[in-house]
Amino acid sequence: MAQDDNGGKDITAADSSGLAHAEESAGLAVIARDALTDPGLPPHHERVTDIDPKAEKRAERTVYTLFYLSIVGSIWAVAAYMLFPMESHNVGDVRLNNMFIGLGITLGLLALGIGAVHWGKALMYAHEGIDVRHPTRGTEETRARAVEIFQEANEESGFGRRTLIRNTLIGALVAFPLPAVVLFRGLAPQDQNPVELLSHTMWAKGTRLALDPSGAPIKASDVTLGSAFHVIPEGLTDLGHGDGYLEEKAKAVVLLMRLKPEDLHELPERKDWSYDGIVAYSKICTHVGCPVALYEQQTHHLLCPCHQSQFDVANHCEVIFGPAARALPQLPIAVDDEGYLIAQSDFTEPVGPSFWERH
Amino acid sequence: MTESTKPKVRAARKTGRRHPLATVALLAIGLVFTGGAYTAFSASTASADTDITSQQTIDEGKKLFTANCATCHGLEAQGTGDGPSLIGVGAAAVDFQVGTGRMPMQMHGPQAEVKPVQFTDEQIKALAGYVASLAPGPSIPSPELVDGGGNAANGAELFRINCAMCHNVAGAGGALTEGKYAPALSGVSGTHIYEAMVTGPQNMPVFNDMNISPEDKRDIITYLKYMQDNRSPGGFELGSLGPVAEGLFIWIFGLGTIVALTVWITAKSN
Repeated sequence: MAQDDNGGKDITAADSSGLAHAEESAGLAVIARDALTDPGLPPHHERVTDIDPKAEKRAERTVYTLFYLSIVGSIWAVAAYMLFPMESHNVGDVRLNNMFIGLGITLGLLALGIGAVHWGKALMYAHEGIDVRHPTRGTEETRARAVEIFQEANEESGFGRRTLIRNTLIGALVAFPLPAVVLFRGLAPQDQNPVELLSHTMWAKGTRLALDPSGAPIKASDVTLGSAFHVIPEGLTDLGHGDGYLEEKAKAVVLLMRLKPEDLHELPERKDWSYDGIVAYSKICTHVGCPVALYEQQTHHLLCPCHQSQFDVANHCEVIFGPAARALPQLPIAVDDEGYLIAQSDFTEPVGPSFWERH
Repeated sequence: MTESTKPKVRAARKTGRRHPLATVALLAIGLVFTGGAYTAFSASTASADTDITSQQTIDEGKKLFTANCATCHGLEAQGTGDGPSLIGVGAAAVDFQVGTGRMPMQMHGPQAEVKPVQFTDEQIKALAGYVASLAPGPSIPSPELVDGGGNAANGAELFRINCAMCHNVAGAGGALTEGKYAPALSGVSGTHIYEAMVTGPQNMPVFNDMNISPEDKRDIITYLKYMQDNRSPGGFELGSLGPVAEGLFIWIFGLGTIVALTVWITAKSN
């Protein structure tokens, strides 16, 4: 019996029934007398495997068969790794490889676990026992001894006496996490003010609006009523991935839409930011920066798919629903001599979500 | 050897008896020939019927329009308070809206729903011909633009940039505002996808040929066909709906299994 503190003695139903509680009169007080009485252990039932040797044999067979299955599963996983290689460039091979290795490992682990539990439940020693709980507080001697051990250790190591060693140890522990801090700082832009980087995009006066992903410039006449164009600044496609293509694109993407001029309610100071009903707005949500591009051409609503912020394109993209706090920044646009759409300037405010210096 | 076979052949000819299957073969040839000739003939007449620019078709379409559409769109398709003007929407818009069963609308709602198509192909072509005769507009695309034989990789990139935010990256559809939604694209014909892009039905924006060229539209259709015809390499797709469907699955079946195992482990053996 692998239990302690009851001297290997099994507590049976007879024992627990012997713990009958003294008869107590029900007075007015509702304190201890109404407390739940210990119901004791339920009577012990013999299992089928305890009574019937055939059932015991059967359970034994089940358990070792499960362990055999586990071995088969593990070996199968190794075999599947070789039988279903994913060296070809066919995604179907990856699927087969993953599936068969996964099935093998699953069988290996699951059969092992189920076998162990079945063994424990059906065959192992089944009599109920009680482990008596120790008092949490140690004896006075133990407690005194613990304090003594600390004092001894302090004297023997000289931790309190050799203050230089102690202080340098503390210093070393403080210095240890510093490399991690410096390495993480290295992930941020070097020699550049992050506030400056977040406040400006690639758009500049005269930059042509170009199609994403081809980079072909867009004529104002191409943008028919009800259209939605996904726009990048011309010249972005010349950047390589090492030159910050994704960083620049992430800030500069714009959605270009054409509404009927009479549907467009523009702010007085932004009257010349659009061209004949064509408006351009940043695609970066002001909430947490998801691309807002679910444009409904009849209601002129823009929906952000992440948190359901809605912007009204007809009313300078003000927020009409959801957690976004600011309207989408508008890109002032005009048309050049050849009829191509150009930016009048960069965005007049930082695009995207709030940061420390912008609320 | 050759000497011995020759007399036998001659003998067979002499009897004049046909092979027992000869009648069957003759019948089959005759049937195939007549059937083939009939299909060839009827196909040529059908294609003559679908010439949507002919005056006869336009007249037929006007009759259908007056009977079925004019209540909302006006007798001259000029639009009323209940329906928009159809002048200049083109044959493509009619073929999409009527060909997918969205029009005629059953009732007003957040958006017109797909339902069983109410007209025959000839009637749809006639309606399209009539509306196209009112003013120039997008026409029904030619079959080679919607055959799905383009560049699926290019189509996938364009789909991710222009379509995936509403229609889901696997084309499974998604929710919009106030009960509107972008429908799933599986099972939609290439022609209807093309027409939706050029006409911008309901709240879908228009993607004209300067925005996405006809070749690029063909690539997008190719990508959608590819997605439809190829099984997902990741196993169960769960509707390709992403975290909602996947989360629900793992909460119900994953946690359910764990709960069942816990109950089994702690239950007493009988």
